[in-house]
Amino acid sequence: MVTADRIFLIPLLPFAAFVVNILFGARFLKHRAAWLSILTSIAACVIALPVCFEVFGGARFANDFAWLRINDGVLRFGYLVDPLSASLLFMVVIVGTLIQIYASGYMQGDPRYSRFFAYVSLFMSAMLTLVISNNFILFFMAWEIMGLCSYLLIGFYFQKESAAKACFKAFLTTRLGDVGFLIGVLMLFLALGTFDFSEINRALALGDHGALPLSFLATSAIFIFCGTIGKSAQFPLHVWLPDAMEGPTPVSALIHAATMVAAGVFLVARSFTIFMAVPETMPVVTTIGCITAFMAAFIALTQTDIKRILAYSTISQLGYMVTALGMQGLGAGTFHLITHAFFKALLFLGAGSVIHGTHVQDIRQMGGLFKKMPHTAVTFIIASLALAGVPPLSGFWSKDEILLTAFASGHTLVFWILLLTAFMTAFYMFRLVFITFFGKARDPHVHAHESPAVMTLPLWGLVLGAVLLGIPGSPLMHHWFQQFLAHAIHHPEYHPSAFVMTCSVIAAVGGITLAGIIYMKNTHWAESIAKRFRPLYRLSFNKFYLDEIYSKFIIRPFTALGEVLYRFDAKVIDGSVNGVGAGAMWLGAVKNWIDKYIVDGLVNFMGTLTCFLNSIVKRLQTGFVQNYLLIAFLGFLAFIIWELKLV
Amino acid sequence: MTLIPVEHVLIFSLLLFAIGLYGTLTRRNIIGILISIELMLNAANINLVVFAKTTSLSPETGQVFAVFVIAIAAVTVAVGLAIVLALYRSRKTIFADEVHLLKW
Repeated sequence: MVTADRIFLIPLLPFAAFVVNILFGARFLKHRAAWLSILTSIAACVIALPVCFEVFGGARFANDFAWLRINDGVLRFGYLVDPLSASLLFMVVIVGTLIQIYASGYMQGDPRYSRFFAYVSLFMSAMLTLVISNNFILFFMAWEIMGLCSYLLIGFYFQKESAAKACFKAFLTTRLGDVGFLIGVLMLFLALGTFDFSEINRALALGDHGALPLSFLATSAIFIFCGTIGKSAQFPLHVWLPDAMEGPTPVSALIHAATMVAAGVFLVARSFTIFMAVPETMPVVTTIGCITAFMAAFIALTQTDIKRILAYSTISQLGYMVTALGMQGLGAGTFHLITHAFFKALLFLGAGSVIHGTHVQDIRQMGGLFKKMPHTAVTFIIASLALAGVPPLSGFWSKDEILLTAFASGHTLVFWILLLTAFMTAFYMFRLVFITFFGKARDPHVHAHESPAVMTLPLWGLVLGAVLLGIPGSPLMHHWFQQFLAHAIHHPEYHPSAFVMTCSVIAAVGGITLAGIIYMKNTHWAESIAKRFRPLYRLSFNKFYLDEIYSKFIIRPFTALGEVLYRFDAKVIDGSVNGVGAGAMWLGAVKNWIDKYIVDGLVNFMGTLTCFLNSIVKRLQTGFVQNYLLIAFLGFLAFIIWELKLV
Repeated sequence: MTLIPVEHVLIFSLLLFAIGLYGTLTRRNIIGILISIELMLNAANINLVVFAKTTSLSPETGQVFAVFVIAIAAVTVAVGLAIVLALYRSRKTIFADEVHLLKW
């Protein structure tokens, strides 16, 4: 266990970088802030990779400590590095480090350079915590910190109104799912009395559902899945992810393509035993994933912003993973998650490099960049091929696994939808590639140049992953990866099918060819097709009008309700408060009047009366001593007369 | 020896008292006022002596009172003359109507 304790350092090192950067970055570190973040990230790599390889070799690390005692209950925090978390850990440290190296070049000259790296380090810390956490509470905390980082980084250029709105939207939309997630976790605790993953797995493996009925567990599973819907941008909460592209491109690559959005999928994989215990929830997961995969791919067909195309592609691929998990394909889903992280991060970094080189994001202003940006172009095309699913790149193997799962588990409809999605994926990716990198430069104002080595080298690093990482899960290695995961949690396995592979290759090649025909040879075709299928085109171009629908049916009623409540507040509550105030002031005025004229009046009257009487009586005191004697004598006489009753 | 009737003595003392009172009230000279006061005191003394003689009390009672009055009169005159002297030194006057500062 001595060696195991270094695992605590994995998330703590980036956290230290965050603390130093946020406190001293702007004043003392400046451009060196990036070095600190990258160094801690590499250190995390150095610690994490041997651990991962030990787990790949069959080891398993777990350690925890009591964090909170409530009466008899003890909440224990700690880490659990099992095959599932080791796979993600492997991916996160490598992709994270490469993206940070890239970002140090991409963000060069930004006034808030150190702040950017502080946020990224905090994000890395949270993501690593999430991956190796051993219970739902720690998981949720890391999950929320990631949400915060996502918010901060989407709104990094907060001086742009669109970015400010986008981060707001992303935060609120994901929060909707997070509330569900928290409810689900608490329900799970009610049912099973623990947050610990291992204990939950153990209890459910023994068929122990706790005291509450199975439907309760199913409800909690659905609520937990809400977290996935929010974080992994599944239908109907996917609308935040395309807007999240307002953030700096390395952020899009790190958070909104490779790691954070994958955390939702990881959540389903983590709570896989729960879903397995209540198989009735599985169709929900499959349906949501399937709708997401298809819809996002359909929208991506017509978008023109390079990052938005990639964003919809990410949503679509996440839908793929969720679909796979819904069909009990834990291995396939996780496998696609890992490979996707590499080639999608690569695509985003490539897009970032293009934006860096051309300063535009609209693909209609690009064109013919291949010669000017050879490194970017080559790596981008390799990543596109991987995403399209061209053998033998990683995307082919992982996508094939998902299609195989759908086909072999009897979800025929899902299989065909996913196949169509794969075709569309190949089409829109190569539409993007052909428009951006080939043909002629469309906008004479754009002067493209290749990005510096600090940006292109991480691209080549990711290319290695995008090309090679498919091998461990392919039939060439007898599905080593899937068996490795199955080692932890039992799930069905299928023999590779030549039919599925053929379909997959045809879809990929078909999509690429069609894109080539339309966008390389007959560019006018695109418009005529758009005209012919105008309703479909508009549906796709306007993203199924979902933003408008949400705006009309959810946001507007809410703002209207807010307006009404505000009026109520302003008129009734403030009115009554002001009324009480005014009443008190009136009462005060009355009391003031009474005080001034009655109480003071009485006092003054007494004074005045005394003065008045005095002014009369004082005349007796003349100062002539004989007067006094006379008065005394007269008084004496009066007394005598009175006493003797002479009158 | 025939006794003088009480009524006569009383009328005499009344007249003496009235003269003293009139003097006290009207004299401007403080020494005159003091003398008038002496008159009134002596009128009272006569009354005391007469009543001591004519009532059933022992005659010494009235006479003792009269002696007391004479003694006190001497004292008052002493004090009064001292005041007059002090007044004369400070204000160069012995007229009562010229010293009326002690008023409202």
